[in-house]
Amino acid sequence: MTFHPKIDYRELHRSKRQMPVDDGQPFVYSPENRERLEVIATRYPPEPAGRRSAILPALYLVQRQLGYVSLSAVAHVAGVIGCTAADVEDVVSFYTMFYTRPVGKYVVQVCRTLPCALRGAERVTEELMDALGAEPGGDDPSGVFTLMEVECLGACDRAPLVMINDSWHECLAPEDAKKLVDNLRARGEEALTGCHHQAPDRGKGQG
Amino acid sequence: MDPILTTHVREPHAYTLDFYVKHDGYEGLRKALAMKPEQVIDLVKASGLKGRGGAGFPAGMKWQFVVKDTPKPKYIVCNADESEPGTFKDHLLMERNPHLLFEGCLIASHAIGAKVAYIYIRGEFLHVQHVLEQQLEEAYTKGYAGKNVMGMGFDCDIHIHRGAGAYEAGEETALLESLEGKRAQPRLKPPFPASAGLYGAPTAVNNVETLCNVPSILRNGAEWYAALGPEKNGGPKLYCISGHVQRPGVYEASMTITLRELIFDVAGGVRDGRALKAVIPGGSSVPLLLPDQLDIEASFDGVAKAGSLLGSAGIIVLDDTTCMVWLAENLLRFYRHESCGKCTPCREGTQWVLNILEKIERGEGEMKDLALLENVAGLIAGKTLCAFGDAAATPALTTLKNFRAEYEAHVREGRCTVPAPWRRRRTAPVHAH
Repeated sequence: MTFHPKIDYRELHRSKRQMPVDDGQPFVYSPENRERLEVIATRYPPEPAGRRSAILPALYLVQRQLGYVSLSAVAHVAGVIGCTAADVEDVVSFYTMFYTRPVGKYVVQVCRTLPCALRGAERVTEELMDALGAEPGGDDPSGVFTLMEVECLGACDRAPLVMINDSWHECLAPEDAKKLVDNLRARGEEALTGCHHQAPDRGKGQG
Repeated sequence: MDPILTTHVREPHAYTLDFYVKHDGYEGLRKALAMKPEQVIDLVKASGLKGRGGAGFPAGMKWQFVVKDTPKPKYIVCNADESEPGTFKDHLLMERNPHLLFEGCLIASHAIGAKVAYIYIRGEFLHVQHVLEQQLEEAYTKGYAGKNVMGMGFDCDIHIHRGAGAYEAGEETALLESLEGKRAQPRLKPPFPASAGLYGAPTAVNNVETLCNVPSILRNGAEWYAALGPEKNGGPKLYCISGHVQRPGVYEASMTITLRELIFDVAGGVRDGRALKAVIPGGSSVPLLLPDQLDIEASFDGVAKAGSLLGSAGIIVLDDTTCMVWLAENLLRFYRHESCGKCTPCREGTQWVLNILEKIERGEGEMKDLALLENVAGLIAGKTLCAFGDAAATPALTTLKNFRAEYEAHVREGRCTVPAPWRRRRTAPVHAH
C-alpha cells in the first residue's frame, strides 16, 4: 500500500480507550447492592470462570450506586468477583454503556446510525446542542445534562430515537428536541416515564 | 399467510402467561417433552427452519452438532443482542410475546440436553428486559420453568443476562466471551460452540426469532411449517422496514412475498412521494439493491440470488435525497466504533476507510482516493476472524460499485453533490479517534 500524504499517521493509532477516572473516593457496595450481586452470581456456575460472568452485572450495580465506574470501584469489583483489576478494567473500557467519568443526571443519547440519520437524527443532535449548550460527548454548563451521539439502539422503525438514561423517546422530530429538554427541565424525572409504550402498536403495525 | 409469531402482539395482555396459555401456549413444549430429544431435532431439521439471526444456518443441524457424550453441562444461549442497524424484530417478540421465547428456549434445551438457558439481551433494551424478568418469574411460579417443568420431569433454568453496548456481541463466539464476563471479541473457530462454547462446554447459540419459530413446528408439524414459504425457506418471517418509507415497522409474512411488495404495499412506499434510490435488504452490512432488482422473493435464497443477503431482514429504504458517499461514511463511522479491535485489518482498516470517505464527503477527495478506498476495503474483507470484516468493507464497496459517478462528482465539484434537508446543517466535525 502506498503512503498517503493526506492521512495523519499519528492520529490513526491513537487509542480511544476509556480509563476509569481516579476520583479519590474509595468505593464499596452498599449492603443491598452487595447482597443483590450475590443473588445474581447464583445464575452462573460457582467455579471462578462462572463467577466472572457476574462482572457485567457487578458494573451495572456500581453505576447504579455511583453514577459511573471509578478506578476504586474497579478494584472493589475485582475483589468481590475474585479476578484481577485488569480483568475488570478490560471490560469497562470495552463497553459503551459504562461511564468512566461522572456524567449528568440526564444522559441524552442520540442514535446516529443510518436508519435514524435518514430520518433526521443529525438535525436532532444539532437542536439538542443548541437547547442544552453542550457538544456531543460533553456536559451542559449546569452539569445536569450529558449529550452523546451513540450507535444503533435497535429502534429503527421509531427513528429518530433518543435514549435518556434508560428511557426511549421515539420518532423525535428535530423541531421537538427543544420541547423535550424544556420538559425535562420543568418536570424532571417524571418526563422520562412511559415513553416507549406506543411501541407495540407501531410494531406489528400495519402488517 | 396469517401471522404466527405476531398474531396477538397488539392485544394489551398478549405478553402475560395466562393469555399465552389460553392461546395454545406451551403446547409445543408439552409435545416436545413427550418426545425423545433426537426426535425433536429430527422434526426441526425436517421443517427446514433456518436461523433468523443473519447467517441463515439450519437450526436443527446446529442442535445436532452439539456434542452428546460429555461430562460437561450443555447450554442453550439465546442471542437477543439485536444490534444490526435496521433490525428491530426481536425487540417486538420479547416485549409482546416473551413466553414464546421461553417456550422455544425450553424446547431447544430439551433437544440438546441442556439444563440451563441464558438469554443475552442488549443493554439498551432495559424496558424489554423488565418484561422478560417479570414474565419469567411468572413462568417459574406456575411451573413452566425451573424444576419439573409442566410436571413432566424436565428441569431447566432460564437466566437473563444484560449486555452493555457492543455490536460485536451479536457474533456468537463474541457473545459467549461477553457472557463469560470478558470483552466481546470473537474466538478462533474451530472449535465451534457445539463442542466448546460457554465455559468450554457444548453450546448452541440461537437468535430470538429462531427460537420463537420452534413451538409452532412442534404443534403443527414439519410439513406444515415448510409449506408456509418457498422451497427451503419455510415458516413465517419477520421483516423490519425502516428508512424513507411511509410506514416503518415490523411485518410478518411468508418468504414468498417480494421485496417490492414489502416496500410498496406493506410499508406504503417511499415517503413524501419521492423516488426510490436503493434498498439495503438485510441490515447495514449487506450489498444494496437497485430499484429494478426488487421483484425477487424476499427469502434467504431469493435475495442471495440477486447478489445480496437477507441477513437479519432489516430492510433499509433510501430515497433520492440520499447521498451514497454520506451513507458509506455514516456506516463506516459505525463500524469503526464497533470494531472490537482483535484483528488488525478490521481495527486499522475501518479507520482508514472512514478517513478516506470523510475526505471525499468534505469535498477534499482526489480521484485516486477511489482506488485507494477499494484497495483498503478489499484488504479488510475476508481477512478477519469473524464476518465483521466483510460487513465493514461492504458499505464502501457496494456504493462505489453502484454509484461511482456520485463519488466522482464529489471529487470533481469539491463538495457533497446530494445535500438533503434532513442532514446536519453545520460543518461536520472532523472526529478525533
